[in-house]
Amino acid sequence: MSAPEVSSHRLGPAHAIPVGEGRAFAVDGRQIAVFRPRAGSGIRALDAVCPHAGGPLADAQIDHMKIVCPLHGYAFSLSDGACLNGDLAVRTYPVREEDGEIVVDV
Amino acid sequence: MVDLLPDDGRQHLVVIGNGMAGARAVEEILERGGAERFRITMFGDEPYGNYNRIMLSHVLAGEDAEEIYLNPLGWYADNDITLYAGVRVVRIDRFSRKVFANDGTILGYDKLIIATGSRTFFPPMDGMWVDDKTLTPGVFGFRTLDDTNAMLEYAQEHRRAVVIGGGLLGLEAAYGLQQHGLEVHVVQSGPVLMNQQLDEEAGAILRRVVERLGITVHLGKRTTAVRSAGTVSGVLFGDGSSIDCDMVVLTAGIRPNVGLGVVSGLTVERAIVTDDQMRAVDDPDIYAVGECAQHRGEVYGLVAPLWEQATVLADHITGADPKAAYHGSRIATKLKVAGVDLASMGLKHPEKEDDEFVRFSEPRRGVYKSVVIRDGKLVGATLLGDVGKVAFLTQSFDRGLPLPEERVELLFELAGPSGEQGAAEMDDSVQVCNCNGVSKGDLVACVRNGTRSVSGVMAATRAGKGCGACKGLVCDIVDWATGGDVEVDVSAGWYVPSIPMDKPTLMAACRERGLRSVSAVFSELAPDGEDAGSKMALASLLKVLWNDEYVDERDARFINDRVHANIQRDGTFSVVPQIKGGVTNAEQLRRIADVADKYAIPMIKITGGQRIDLLGVRKEDLPGVWADLDMPSGYAYGKSFRTVKTCVGTDFCRFGLGDSTGLGRDMEQRYQGLDSPAKMKLAVAGCPRNCSEALVKDVGVVAVGEDRWEVYVGGAAGASVRKGDLLATVTGRDTALRLCGTFMQYYRENARWLERTYDFVPRVGLDELKALLVDDRDGIVAGLDERMQVATDAYRDPWREGREPVTSGQFANSLPLVPLPRVPVRNGSVASNGGLPAAAAPFASGAGTADRTESGA
Repeated sequence: MSAPEVSSHRLGPAHAIPVGEGRAFAVDGRQIAVFRPRAGSGIRALDAVCPHAGGPLADAQIDHMKIVCPLHGYAFSLSDGACLNGDLAVRTYPVREEDGEIVVDV
Repeated sequence: MVDLLPDDGRQHLVVIGNGMAGARAVEEILERGGAERFRITMFGDEPYGNYNRIMLSHVLAGEDAEEIYLNPLGWYADNDITLYAGVRVVRIDRFSRKVFANDGTILGYDKLIIATGSRTFFPPMDGMWVDDKTLTPGVFGFRTLDDTNAMLEYAQEHRRAVVIGGGLLGLEAAYGLQQHGLEVHVVQSGPVLMNQQLDEEAGAILRRVVERLGITVHLGKRTTAVRSAGTVSGVLFGDGSSIDCDMVVLTAGIRPNVGLGVVSGLTVERAIVTDDQMRAVDDPDIYAVGECAQHRGEVYGLVAPLWEQATVLADHITGADPKAAYHGSRIATKLKVAGVDLASMGLKHPEKEDDEFVRFSEPRRGVYKSVVIRDGKLVGATLLGDVGKVAFLTQSFDRGLPLPEERVELLFELAGPSGEQGAAEMDDSVQVCNCNGVSKGDLVACVRNGTRSVSGVMAATRAGKGCGACKGLVCDIVDWATGGDVEVDVSAGWYVPSIPMDKPTLMAACRERGLRSVSAVFSELAPDGEDAGSKMALASLLKVLWNDEYVDERDARFINDRVHANIQRDGTFSVVPQIKGGVTNAEQLRRIADVADKYAIPMIKITGGQRIDLLGVRKEDLPGVWADLDMPSGYAYGKSFRTVKTCVGTDFCRFGLGDSTGLGRDMEQRYQGLDSPAKMKLAVAGCPRNCSEALVKDVGVVAVGEDRWEVYVGGAAGASVRKGDLLATVTGRDTALRLCGTFMQYYRENARWLERTYDFVPRVGLDELKALLVDDRDGIVAGLDERMQVATDAYRDPWREGREPVTSGQFANSLPLVPLPRVPVRNGSVASNGGLPAAAAPFASGAGTADRTESGA
């Protein structure tokens, strides 16, 4: 079994993510939502689709700990993607700003 | 033997008593990190782990009682507690700080908790005892697991039992024994069954119910002797009569176990006298808790006060809250006795001349309900046979909430969600929260996993977080699942969960500190900082408070308010243009039709609020749709003023008494888009035929002729159905328009977040609202009207943002790879199998709460 291949993707200018909000990107056949919490350091990336009923997580309200799906209120931890009020989870992805651009590893 | 304490720096805590109080106190202490501070030793008189005494009646009745053990023996080992089971402490030497047990054990202590509980009271009676310590065979108390098991065994081979004492315990014993086929007689010396909880009338109804079960009840009979011939053969009464029987159970009261306190020199009256920290008044290192403790003259025999005492004790002894103080308990009980539901709290009948007393009695069905009200507050309630209102009454009783004007609403479910089915009887699979698909079983499991507050259970399961109609039932079930030991929600009165302030306090704080943005509120007032779940509520409050001075941070808004449309289950949006009063014209309709074609809008629907809904609009198309419609937003997505429904009034209708259409349109123009704690749906009717359903709207106006208008508030016809209350009948349409605004402003400033008017109006009370808003008793009307004027002046049509997006990617697709829309598309002109085109497959089975555009948001 070989280690899964990880590659970096540039998703455009970092200022595309407003403070406290999220935006979604199609990356290598995946949908990934990138968030910029008001507090804490930098941006975070998680799956963009809520595992409960397909809700658009980029439209979530967020704080420094979690995002809350706009459809039915399932909340996911920004740090590890664990659901805070159910048995679901989303994936998180390493993400950073480089030269004013968003770079995510998938 | 004297133990040698290993000196690990911890103090030695000795707990005498391993019943519900002792074990609960230890649990609370451990929860507060007490294991770091104390090495714990417990003495239990009974040779078991800790069990739930309340369940004994279930054991006796042969019902499933697997869960009677609260803490099995393993729990003591896991928590490093030394348990002396079946060992009794006989003396405390307070000066050398040692306890002496009947097996010779002597232990030193630093802190001591006495939780010795109580025992069966055996009134003096000939023939009851064989000797000083041995009851006549066939005579039983009903207090311990051993008592219960002994009764069960004896009941196998005997036929007729007399239970002496007609209180709760007596009836439970009678019911239990009857389940094993015995003929059972209950003897009560006074005239009323369960006289602690019931008055004469209720007691008489309970008697009928109990006798219908086949249990014989004897009232006003004083038992003087037990007849025995080696074993029990009967009982004799003071009036000379007697009953032959072969089993006698004593349930005529309990007595606190205070012998240890007495011999150890503690102050004992009815029980060990304690201060507000539950310490014996003579010794700061000795605590007493539960039925052996007397606090401010009261000795409690119920479980709820015991939990409260244990909490205070633990807070104090661990230093978690050195100021913790117990102030006594208000007793509210809910129980099932002999298969009959009973709830009682406070007074059972009026005591002062001005006390209100409302009663309902239906003996045939075994139902009795009464409430006692003093100065507008509930001070007592009794429910027998039908306890559907118990959750509401308990809350009112505990918190002193305002009561509905129509007192009968205290006894019956006239409006609002009904709790017809008791929480106990519901099957686990029954769905409680239909919005989020939460069953009774889910709620119970959550409680079993340790969440014991209503808000905690709601947060963990999301029950009650949809339309909210099930909240009452959720409260009932949590209450039931915790065995009445539901944790009081300190946060229940907070406006948002992250800031410990009610709404008026929070508004004052924001005003004083000049907090104009949601992030400023979090950083100044929220102990744990930002909270996603509080943002929308705070944004609403700040907007009401500051109007155009409000600093709008887009992330504080819910997605609907960021893009001014209502999100649907597939991530598309619904667009509802403003159609004032439901009146439109050919030109508007033509534009709507063109937009629908141009953007391939999958569904056009007439809403319940007399508007047109364009469903399935892609987020990125919203600016284009708005520009092409060239109509203002209809606000079918916000917690805000929504729409005014009208009838055709005087223009065409031959019955019309006033120009309802004109007033409705003006009203929608004036109050459009106002933020409010929950949505506001209005209507104006041109005559009392009420075609626009004004009587079931948040605010409804009805023309009654000669320019007279009735203004109704607090109506509903959604998750709850409630007829609005008549606030006033006014002369002049402008006066009606203004009064509606006065009410809405008062509601905006005073209602809790998401509290609809149908909850708000009864909470404040119609008389109070009339006094405040119609009679202007407190001189607040001018201020309300002024602030409403400022709010309406600050109005901007949000759809103009389509021309100049406020944030980067405001209208960017949030599900970039999903071909939208993926909800089933119905086409009005095409007949299809069951309405669903064969090709369309729903992509998710979740409950679609977001698809009610006029009402869901």
